[in-house]
Amino acid sequence: MLRLPPFEYYAAQTVEEAVTALRDYGPEAMVVAGGTDLFPKMKRRQMEPKLLVGLRGIRDLYGIRPVESGSYRLGPMATLTQVSLHPELRAAYPGLTYAAGVVSSPQLRNAGTIGGNLCVDTRCTYYDQTYHWRKAINFCMKKDGEICWVAPGSPRCWAVSSSDTAPVFVALGARVRLVGPKGERVIPVGDLYGRDGIRFLAGKRPDEIITDILLPPPDGWESVYVKLRRRGSFDFPILGVAVALRRHEDGTVTEARIVLGAVESYPLEVPEAAATLVGNRLEPDVIEATAKACFKSRPAPWTTPT
Amino acid sequence: MPTNGYDDRKNRSNLGSHLKQETSVVGRPLMKVDAMSKVTGQAIYADDIHLPRMAYARLLPSTQPHARIVRVETSKAEALPGVLAVITGRDLPIKYGILPVSQDETALAVDKVRFVGEPVAAVAAVDEETAERALELIEVEYDPLKPIMSIEEALEDTEVRIQEYGHGGNIHKMVSLQFGDVEAGFAEADYVREDLFFYQGNNHLAMEEHSAVAHYSPDGKLTLWSATQTPHYVHRALAKVLELPPSRIRVIACHPGGGFGGKSDPFHHEICAAKLAMLTGRPVKITLTREEVFYAHRGRHPVLMWVKTGVKKTGEITAMHFRSMLDGGAYGSYGVATTYYTGALQTVTYKIPRYKFEGLRVFTNKPPCGPKRGHGTPQPRFALEVHLDKICEEMGWDPAEWRQQQACEPFSLTANHLRITTIGLKECIEKVVAASGFREKFRKLPYGRGVGLACSAYLSGANLPIYWNDMPHSGAMVKVDRGGGVTVYCGSTDIGQGSNSVLAYVVAEVLGVRPQDVAVVTADTDLTPVDLGSYSSRVTVMTGNAAIEAAQNVRELLFQAAADELGTTSDQLDAAGGRIFRRDDPGVGLPFAKVAQLAEARFGTLAAVGSFTPPKTPGRYKGAGVGPSPSYSYTACVVEVDVDPETGWVRVPTVWIAHDIGRALNPILVEGQAEGSVYMGLGEALMEEQVFRRNLHKIPSMLDYKSPTFLETPDIETILVETNDPHGPFGAKEAGQGPLLPVPPALCNAIYDAVGVRIDELPVTPDKILKALERKAKGQDPRVGPTRMPHVEWVEPIYVEPPDLRHDPSLMPATKPT
Amino acid sequence: MKQLVALRVNGELHEVYVPVHKTLLEVLREDLGLTGTKHGCELGECGTCTVLVDGEPILSCLTLPVEVQGRDIITVEGLATQGVPHPLQVAFAELNAAQCGYCTPGMLMSAKALLDRNPDPAPDEVREALAGNLCRCTGYVKIVDAVRLAARRQQGDLGAVVEEIERALNEGVVREPGS
Ligand SMILES: Cc1cc2nc3c(=O)[nH]c(=O)nc-3n(C[C@H](O)[C@H](O)[C@H](O)COP(=O)(O)OP(=O)(O)OC[C@H]3O[C@@H](n4cnc5c(N)ncnc54)[C@H](O)[C@@H]3O)c2cc1C
Ligand code: FES
Ligand code: FES
Repeated sequence: MLRLPPFEYYAAQTVEEAVTALRDYGPEAMVVAGGTDLFPKMKRRQMEPKLLVGLRGIRDLYGIRPVESGSYRLGPMATLTQVSLHPELRAAYPGLTYAAGVVSSPQLRNAGTIGGNLCVDTRCTYYDQTYHWRKAINFCMKKDGEICWVAPGSPRCWAVSSSDTAPVFVALGARVRLVGPKGERVIPVGDLYGRDGIRFLAGKRPDEIITDILLPPPDGWESVYVKLRRRGSFDFPILGVAVALRRHEDGTVTEARIVLGAVESYPLEVPEAAATLVGNRLEPDVIEATAKACFKSRPAPWTTPT
Repeated sequence: MPTNGYDDRKNRSNLGSHLKQETSVVGRPLMKVDAMSKVTGQAIYADDIHLPRMAYARLLPSTQPHARIVRVETSKAEALPGVLAVITGRDLPIKYGILPVSQDETALAVDKVRFVGEPVAAVAAVDEETAERALELIEVEYDPLKPIMSIEEALEDTEVRIQEYGHGGNIHKMVSLQFGDVEAGFAEADYVREDLFFYQGNNHLAMEEHSAVAHYSPDGKLTLWSATQTPHYVHRALAKVLELPPSRIRVIACHPGGGFGGKSDPFHHEICAAKLAMLTGRPVKITLTREEVFYAHRGRHPVLMWVKTGVKKTGEITAMHFRSMLDGGAYGSYGVATTYYTGALQTVTYKIPRYKFEGLRVFTNKPPCGPKRGHGTPQPRFALEVHLDKICEEMGWDPAEWRQQQACEPFSLTANHLRITTIGLKECIEKVVAASGFREKFRKLPYGRGVGLACSAYLSGANLPIYWNDMPHSGAMVKVDRGGGVTVYCGSTDIGQGSNSVLAYVVAEVLGVRPQDVAVVTADTDLTPVDLGSYSSRVTVMTGNAAIEAAQNVRELLFQAAADELGTTSDQLDAAGGRIFRRDDPGVGLPFAKVAQLAEARFGTLAAVGSFTPPKTPGRYKGAGVGPSPSYSYTACVVEVDVDPETGWVRVPTVWIAHDIGRALNPILVEGQAEGSVYMGLGEALMEEQVFRRNLHKIPSMLDYKSPTFLETPDIETILVETNDPHGPFGAKEAGQGPLLPVPPALCNAIYDAVGVRIDELPVTPDKILKALERKAKGQDPRVGPTRMPHVEWVEPIYVEPPDLRHDPSLMPATKPT
Repeated sequence: MKQLVALRVNGELHEVYVPVHKTLLEVLREDLGLTGTKHGCELGECGTCTVLVDGEPILSCLTLPVEVQGRDIITVEGLATQGVPHPLQVAFAELNAAQCGYCTPGMLMSAKALLDRNPDPAPDEVREALAGNLCRCTGYVKIVDAVRLAARRQQGDLGAVVEEIERALNEGVVREPGS
C-alpha cells in the first residue's frame, strides 16, 4: 500500500493563523485544501512538505455568493461538486461550472476544491511517477534531477498545467485575492502562473493563500469549455479549450478570449485565435479557422513525450 | 410466482450424459452462494488478514532494465530500528517457474536483473513505512548490459542474451508444425491473401493488488494466504524454493479480487513473505503496490502475426499458414504454452484442411508476459477474423453466411487433430445477426457508423496439466452430515466467476437438496483435494465433473440405505426437493436427513470422493498437448461503432454476443462472464496497452493505464446458446474467456464498415484512425498496421498428416442412462 | 506526529491514537479492523476505497482522519440497518453485480449516495454517478441493473429480506422485465 510520508498537521481556524504558520515554518510548509492533488503527489514523494496547514477549518474560505453588481465570489474551499451544481453559477458562467463538473471523478470532485484546482501541480509522465520509477530514470529537473526528459536540451521544465477550471477563469477575466504575511492583493488569475513547469505558480508567494476567487459580472459574456480526455472520468485533460465571448444582437462576435489548457505550463491564452472570431458569426468555417489558429499557436515540444 | 424471466425455460438436457434429465437447481438464475459475504464486506481478501505481531515487507525494485548485480549492500537497512530481516537473491537461490521447461525465475534477482521493477531485495519490518524506508538504505551496484526492448531487437541481437537457455540468442521457444501440404492447398486456391497484424500487450489490471501473508509456526509448518488462482502450483513452488516437505506447507487462496490470469504464477512476493516469516518467526504480509502489479505482470503478450489463406470461389478454405512472434518479457512464465496457443485454435471454428503454424517467443527486458483471459488466443483470433473479413470483402461474400457455411462440424477432428464435440457456432451467428440487425446495417449505415462481425472458439480446460503427471486434474470430496447438511471440498479457487456456486449447484442437484444446504470449502491445500487452478476455463467442467462423481458416490450409499426402508432397490430411487423417494411412486420417500442417518448408521461416516481426468488427446505429435480440451465453447459477436472521421474517436454504443455455453448451469453467472469479457475485449481493442519508454514501463498506474469506466462501456446484449456437451457437467462448457476473443476483431471490422479503413494493430487509438483516413484520402492503402515481419530461420516443421474433417459419429460418446 | 482522533464510523464513536499522516483508508482497515473498504491504487485513481462522509462519497485513500473528525463516516459494514441488508446489497448479490466483489464496497457507497439524492435514477444517471468506480469483472452491466432494481425496492423488514435472499439462493432471482 502506498502511504503518505510523515508530516505535521496544523488545523488553521482563520486565514491569519494559516498565513502565520506558513511564514513561521518556511518553505517546508504547504497548505492543503481537499488534498486530492497533494496527497497522491506526496505518496509518490514528488512533494515532501514537513508541515501541512489544513484550510478546512477556516469558515471564511467557503461559500459561493453574489457580490456587488452581479459578480460572484467563490470561496476557494468550495468543492468542485458545489461549483458545478450551483444553479446561479450555471446560468451565469456555464463554461466554468461545466469545467468544474468534468474534473476527475465524482468522489474527487466531492473533496477537491476550486482553489486547489487553480493551484494544481503541473503534470508530466516523467514526473507523475513513484519515487522508485523516477529513480530509474535518474529523476527529472522538476524534482531531484537535472534534465527535462520531454525536451532533454531544454533549460526549462515542460510539465503542463492540467487544471480544468483555470483556463475558464482566465478566459472570464477572473481575479484572486491573495493573503500573505505582508498583506493582501488582488491579481488576475492568469497572473498566478509562471512560464515554467517548475515555477508554475510564480505569481503567488508560497506563504500566500488564495482567499477569494472573484468573477466579473457576466455582462453578456458567454462561456464554454471543451475537454479532450481518453475516458469520461478520472482523466486529466489532454487538451482543454475555454472560450468566453460577447456577441452583438445579430450574432457577430464583438469580443472573445480563448484559453487552452494542458498545452503549456500555464493556461495559454491565444489572442490571435480569438481575433479570428471577432466580427464574425459562429459559423462552422469560422470555428474551423479559429481552431487552426489555436493549433498553430501551440508551443514547441507540445506533443506528449514519446 | 415471481417473473424471473426464466420460468419458461425447460430445464432439460437432451444428451443427458449426466444423471437426471429434469433438473431443479441446474439452469436456474440463482444468487451465488457467497454473494452476500461480498456485498457486506465480510469476504476476506488476502490483504484483509491481520495476524498478531504481523510484520510488513516491501520489495526493492531494480532501477536497471538489464544489468549484472555487482554488489548488494544491506547493512544500513538492517541497522534501521524496526527492521526485522533483509534478504537478497542469495537467500533464495533455487529457481522456479510455472512450467517445468522454464524454471528460470528466482524470488529475488541473483546475479542479474532483467527488467526495471524486478525485485532485488526484500525487507521485513514492524510496519510498512519502516520497510519502505529501509529499502532506500539498500545500495545496489549494477554493471549495465544492453537492454533489449522489442521483438526486432531480440531477434537482431544474438550477442547480448537475457536468458542463458532457450532456442538460442534471445529466442525462448520456436515452434513449427505442419498439417498437410499447405503449398498444394495454396496452389489449388482461387484467391490467396496475406496479412500482417500486431496486438499490443496489456495487463489484467485486477482491482486487487496482489497480496500474501505467511505464517511459520515453531513446529515447522508454513501457512501462506495469498491472492492466487493456483494454490496448488504455489504449494509446489514453495516446497521447491524453500526446501520444505510439501506436507508442512499449507496454501490458502483467499478470494482473489480479480484474476484474469494475473494471479496464476507463483510470485516473488509469495516466496519472500514465506522466507521472511521463517526468518523472523513472525507473520509477514506483502501487498504489492499498483506499480508493482504492473511489474509482476504476466499479462497479454504483444504478438506480431502474419497469416496467409487460400480460398476457393465456392468458399472453402484450401490452406492456411500462420506465423506469430511473441514478445515474452524477461522470463518464461507460461510462455511456451502461450506460443503454442497462438497457433492452436485457428482450426476449430472453420474447416481448414491443411494448416501450418510457425511461432516463436523472444525474451526482452520487460516484465514477463503470461496468461491473460484467452491465453495466447485473442491475438491470433484478432488477426484471423479481420483477415477473413478482408477475404469475404474481396470475394463479395456475406461475412455471416460464409462463416456459417464454413463452420466446423460437430464431432469432428481438425487438421491439427483437435477433437471437436458439440459446436453451436452456426446458431450463435444466426442469433447474433438477428439480434443486432446485422443484415440491415452491414454496409448500409451512414458514413461514420458501422457494424462488424467476428467469431471464435475457446477451450473448456486444457487436457494436459502444467506439469506432466497421470493424476486427475480435479478432485472433490462430499461429506454428508447427520443433520442433512452437505459439504463439498475442492481445491478450486473462486475468482469471482462463481466456481464455488457451481460446486454447490451440481452437488445439490445430484443429492436433491437446496444449494443453500451445501457448504463449500475450497482452495486450501490442507483441507481440499487438488484442483489445478482457476485457469484455462477448466473449473466448471473439471471440478463440476469431479463433484458430480463424488456426489453420485455418496448418493449411492444414501440410496442403498433408503432402499431397504422404502422396500425397493437403490436404482429405483431418486433425490429431489430434500427427499429421497421411489421413482415409480414419488409419494413414498424419506427426508434427506433421515436417510443420512440411516446411511451413517450402516456405513459409518458418510463421505465420498470424485475426480476428473480429461479425455485422452487424439494428436500424437510433439506439441499436440496444447489445444486439446474436453469441449470448445463458441462465440459470435457483433459490434456497432460510431467513428468520428474528424477526430478518429470511436464510440461503441452496443455489442451483441452469442455464446455456446453447452448448458448454462446458472445463466446469470454466464451472462456475467460474457459481459465482463466483452468489456475487457473492448478495453484491449481501444485503449489498454502495456508500453515502455526509455526502458521502463511508461504508465504503471491506474490513471495512465487506461481501462474503460462505466462511461465507455457499451450496452451489452448476451444471448446464450445451449448445445449440451456430453463431456460437460450437465452439458456445460466454458464461459470465462471465450467471449473476449471475437470482440477486438468485430470492432475493427465495424470500423472498416464505418469509415473504410483497416486498423490491423491494437489498440485502435484515434491517431491510428486519423492516419488511415489520411492515407485513404491520398489514395494510399487505407490501413495502419505492421508492414513487415522480421526475417528468421524457422526450424523444419514437424509434419503431421491431417485427418478427415467431416463429422464422425464414432467420436460421439454413447449416451449414458440416468 | 501521533494524535488522538475521534471518528464516528457507522454510527459508533471510535477514538484512535494514530500518526496524522495515516489515511482514513489505513485507519479503517488497520486500526478499526473494518477491512470491508478495499483499495486498488491508493492514489485516487480507481474508486475502490470509496466511503461516505456526511452522505457524500469520497476516497478514503486521500482523506486524513483528522479532517473528518465529527463527521458521519459510513463504510460497507454500516450499510445494513440492524442486520437488515440494504436493498442495494441484496440487489447486487442477486444480479451478480459482484463477481470478485473487490470493487463492490466502493460501488455500493457511490450507489447509496446516488439513491439517497435520486431515488429513481435512469441508467445514464447511474453511470455518471458511478463513473469514479472502476470494475474489471462485470462490464458494469449488472451493476447498473442492480442499482435500478434496488431503487425500485423499499428497505424491507428482516424477515422479508431473509426470505428474498433464500429464494434467490435456492429458486432463482427476480429480474424485472426490461432490466
Ligand atoms: C485521479 C485524479 C484525477 C484528477 N483529474 C483531474 C482533472 O481531470 N482535472 C483537474 O483539473 N484536476 C484533476 N485532478 C487534480 C485535483 O483533484 C483537482 O485539481 C482538485 O481541484 C485539487 O483541489 P484540492 O482541494 O484537492 O487541492 P489540494 O490537493 O489540497 O491542493 C493542491 C495544491 O493547491 C494548493 N492550494 C490549495 N488550496 C489553496 C489555497 N486556497 N491557497 C493557496 N494554495 C492552495 C495546495 O497547497 C497544493 O499545492 C485529479 C486528481 C486525481 C487524483
Ligand atoms: S484506492 Fe484507488 S482511489 Fe483510493
Ligand atoms: S466485481 Fe471484480 S472488480 Fe468489480
